[in-house]
Amino acid sequence: MFGYAVRRLLQFIPTILAISLIIFVLLNVLPGNAALMTRGAQDTGTLTTQDIEEMKKEWGLDKPLWYRYAVYLKGLATADLGNSFLRHEPVSQLLKHRIWPTLKLALFAMLIAICLGVFLGFYSALRQGRIADTVTMIGAVSGVSIPQFWLGLLLMYFISVKLHLLPPQGYGDGNLTHIILPAFTLGIGYVALLARTTRAAVVEILTLDYIRTARSKGLSQLLINYKHVMRNALILILTTVGLQFGDVMAQTVIVEKLFSWPGIGSLLVDSIFQRDIPVTQGCILVIILTFLMVNLIVDLLYGVIDPRIRASYK
Amino acid sequence: MKKNKNFHKILRQPNLLVGGFITLFIIMVAIFAPALAPFDPVNDADLMVSETPPGAPYYLGTDIQGRDILSRVIYGARVSLAVGLVSQTLNTIIGVLLGLSAGFFGGWWDDLVMGLTNVMLSIPALVFALAIMALLGPGLINVFIAMGFTNWSFSCRITRSQALSAKNLDYVKAARALGYGRIRRMFTQVLPNIIGPILIISTLGVAWAILLEAALSFLGLGVQPPTPSWGAMLSTAREQLFTAPWISIFPGIAIFITVLGLNLLGDGLRDILDPYTQTQNI
Repeated sequence: MFGYAVRRLLQFIPTILAISLIIFVLLNVLPGNAALMTRGAQDTGTLTTQDIEEMKKEWGLDKPLWYRYAVYLKGLATADLGNSFLRHEPVSQLLKHRIWPTLKLALFAMLIAICLGVFLGFYSALRQGRIADTVTMIGAVSGVSIPQFWLGLLLMYFISVKLHLLPPQGYGDGNLTHIILPAFTLGIGYVALLARTTRAAVVEILTLDYIRTARSKGLSQLLINYKHVMRNALILILTTVGLQFGDVMAQTVIVEKLFSWPGIGSLLVDSIFQRDIPVTQGCILVIILTFLMVNLIVDLLYGVIDPRIRASYK
Repeated sequence: MKKNKNFHKILRQPNLLVGGFITLFIIMVAIFAPALAPFDPVNDADLMVSETPPGAPYYLGTDIQGRDILSRVIYGARVSLAVGLVSQTLNTIIGVLLGLSAGFFGGWWDDLVMGLTNVMLSIPALVFALAIMALLGPGLINVFIAMGFTNWSFSCRITRSQALSAKNLDYVKAARALGYGRIRRMFTQVLPNIIGPILIISTLGVAWAILLEAALSFLGLGVQPPTPSWGAMLSTAREQLFTAPWISIFPGIAIFITVLGLNLLGDGLRDILDPYTQTQNI
């Protein structure tokens, strides 16, 4: 299993190279833009062409694209993501302060999604065709269709402004009351998605032969559900969680912006507006890396859940 | 006779019926927007009636610049549908062409396409769209482009796997024996047989694109004011949440209903067209 993990980690390298190349080219293909925008925005009138050229030189923007990518890659190998154009701080430092709030938000949202979604899906599958099932599934398709930021706005209005139950925005000192609204906003779509996935998985498993066998040997329904159904549905649930985690990380961008949450997502949006390209690149890379790591963990968890898969790690 | 059976099948799908009805309704609203909207969505701005609560003649109230929200929501359907349809068409074309050719030609081309698809799958769509918007700058046309290139990986994968298996089917071999070239076999024999799954993915893709456009516009990186986009309306509404909450409510309902309709339609289509889930409904 350890060897498998190492091999998977090594497989990251070409993926990250390809992603970093795509993102780097996308963000750097326009020449000079960043230098013009950064300090140029502050006093446009006083900037001469010579100043601009000097600034370009200072940031290395006068070099050709392939050269800049090579420099960027060299830095990447030592976790050096360059310096922010605007903040005069290494990007890695900036990201270090922002990663924890984002991870906390994403994990909380996922936790809500897993607890609620799996429960609702399971419940719905056991009540197949009855009213509870229909209601849950209508709720689930609605949950997938709701625009998160709108839900966030509504929650903010009714829970914070009207009822004064929770703080409307901000990180506070990192306590629980501040995270509930954003995490719920972020998680609701995935509650719905997981409810649908879980229901589909459980419905299918319930028709399988080993469930009939378990019933015929007199196991109680509770034991069947727990030992046979749940365990087998877990693989599919886990896969969905892993695949959706990248999306959750990306959606933090919107939720963080809405709730003024000081994480990677809001930094990403700000950096795009400020054309602070090293920061934009860094944020995107961190989001994707987190996604890849989570999927690795999910893959390793397969082995823990399913002995058949464990046997195939050689 | 077969047609009759299919018709009954459709009637037994509430998802398809409700979803189809909602989608048709939104399309009608978009087409007849000038006739339906009581005011001009952009030019009828009157600061004297700024932030008027819902009531005649402004049935859904007005925004901070005194524009009628109902009219803006009605015209917003045009923006959302245009973004959804244009970007998803682009995605479908890219995905199908790459998938078909990869499955059919194989070799290094297949490796390249699959490699690219896997990389695309590991970049969350919103992040990729943000990166393209950062490059191009905000605006409607740029939204088309940014989203038209982000969501093709699913249709590409499905098309490829179908093309791979169809390659060796008897009727495709027969076409080969008849002297059809590879390109002709690809488009006349394989493509028509995978329209079903592509249609399902595309319908769900339109829903997804509408949500993503709303999110981008909400962040200020999508469609720009004064164009009436539902997402952009919500973006400005946030500042007036305390004084004029109705501005936040109605564009959101519009997005929700449209996306719900498309999702139901996609689910309904899947129930009818997908042979795997079909067996469960018998």
